[in-house]
Order: sequence, then C-alpha cells, then structure tokens
Amino acid sequence: MKLPRWFHQLGSPPYVYRLAEALAPWLGGIGLALLAVGSFWGLVVAPPDYQQGDSARIIYIHPQTAYVGMMAYVVLAVAAGIGYVWRIKLAHAVAVSAAPIGAWFTFCALVTGALWGRPTWGTYWQWGDPRIMSEALLLFLFLGYLALRGAFDDRDKADRVTAILAVVGVVNVPIIHYSVEWWNSLHQTSTLFADGGPAMTADMLVPFLIMFAGFTLTFYWLLLRRLQAEIVEREGSARWLREWLAEGAR
Amino acid sequence: MSEFFSMGGHGAYVWSAYGITLAVLIVNVWLARAKRRSALQRARALATQDEVPRKQPTVRQLQ
Repeated sequence: MKLPRWFHQLGSPPYVYRLAEALAPWLGGIGLALLAVGSFWGLVVAPPDYQQGDSARIIYIHPQTAYVGMMAYVVLAVAAGIGYVWRIKLAHAVAVSAAPIGAWFTFCALVTGALWGRPTWGTYWQWGDPRIMSEALLLFLFLGYLALRGAFDDRDKADRVTAILAVVGVVNVPIIHYSVEWWNSLHQTSTLFADGGPAMTADMLVPFLIMFAGFTLTFYWLLLRRLQAEIVEREGSARWLREWLAEGAR
Repeated sequence: MSEFFSMGGHGAYVWSAYGITLAVLIVNVWLARAKRRSALQRARALATQDEVPRKQPTVRQLQ
C-alpha cells in the first residue's frame, strides 16, 4: 500500500515544526476569541437555569475543561502508541507535549466541579463518587506519566516505557464518560448527549458549544507550541534547525 | 450591576470557577512560551558552539 505524501511529511520534524509555526497563531487567536465571546454569552446573555439558578453558569467551563482533559489523554495515548509501534520519535514528542496540558485542564475540571458541587449537591467533594474518582484518576494518570518520564535519564527509554502506561490508562476515558450511567453518582448525566437531543435551549446551547470549540482550539494551540519546543530539544543541532535559527526564528 | 456580580447568591462559586479557569489558561500559555523560548535559546547556543566543524570520524578510524 502506498501511503500519501502528507503522511510521511508528518513524520518529519522540520516539516511539522514549520506547519506548527503556520497553524499556531490561527488556533490561538480563534480559540481565545471564542473563549471571550462564549464567556460573555454564558455569564451575561444566557438565562439562569430554572432549577440551579446562576450557579449553572459553570456549565460553560466545567464540561469543556473536563472534555479537553480527556481529549488530551486520548491524544497522549494514541501518539504514544504510534510512537511505540512504529518507533516514530515525533509521535513521542506529541505525547510528551499533551501530558502537562491535559493535567492542567483536568485539574481545572475538578476544581470547577467542586465549586459547582457545593451550591448544587451541598458538598465540594465526595469520596467514592464514580465520576469524581474516575476524573481524579485521570489527573493521576497524567501526573504518573510525567513522574515516570522523570525517572529516566535516557529519553528513548522514557518514551518506550511511558508509552505502555499511556496506552493502558486510556481505558479510564470511557469509564469517566459512562460513570454517570453505569453507577449511582451525584453528578448529573450528560446534558449534551441526553435522550432526545441536547437538554438545553438554544440561548444556552450556543455559548455551551462555542466554549467547547474555544477550549479545543486553545488546547491544540498550546500543544503545537509545546511540540515545537520538544522538537527543538530533540533535534539538538540538526542542520535544518541551524538554518531556521539563522533565518531569525523567534 | 451588583445583582450581576452576586449571581443570585452563587457569585463566590461562579466567579472563582471562572477566575481559576482563566488563571490555568494564563499559566499554560506562559509555560508553553517559556519552554519554547528556553529550547530555542539552548539550540542557538549549541549552533554557535558547533560553528567550528568538528572532525568527523572516518570509516577507517571506526574500524
């Protein structure tokens, strides 16, 4: 089977570095603009929830940051798996770059969840709650991945060993998603994937989705910037990098 | 206006949730930028250091 040209190009560090350089400003600019518009819409324009009142405005940041954390883990696991099987160094560089961003967003989801739980459930935290525990496990998977990397001096070895952890841990992602359906949880079930379509009117659904797009684009912006740093670190003094630096790269 | 900030009595929760999210975003942008800068700086140092071409081992020498 003949693979298309772009597939091979995606394994080439200089090509990907330049691609990231071209894409990153667009992702960052559009992502942050969507976050600004969505926040204003969610906080000011959208109506309060009929049951939860204004505390429900956390719905414009909490599911989105949780989603980005889970997406970051899938990116981490898929990239690490590709790197392990086909020994592609660039894939490992993607995995390493996704981990800290995913950890931050998962932390953010846990904190915003606690702040929503207090006025809604009467508690910030509930030990043993399936949704809270599986989400907390996601944070520990990210932190464990990064800690395990730190235990190796040899980067290639760190790539290979941590890839196994990354791939095994991906089973937690569907567990998080279905935890509210499989077990009893304080957490409400999905609003977006409710039976019979999203359980929201358009004046709430639009900012809800704008924030999803904003956080997603912002994640990929951060990922590309970190990936560039990772490529530079891994390429050392490669000729293309030297030429790139001579051209006056920022 | 104060009604808007009080969020029906839930202001402390809503505003701290948005505030922490904003702080996480700012930290992440700063961390990514710092990492890229230091990587480029190190690469630049490495590039100037290596400008005098190092002697490459020949095939004979390796044997």
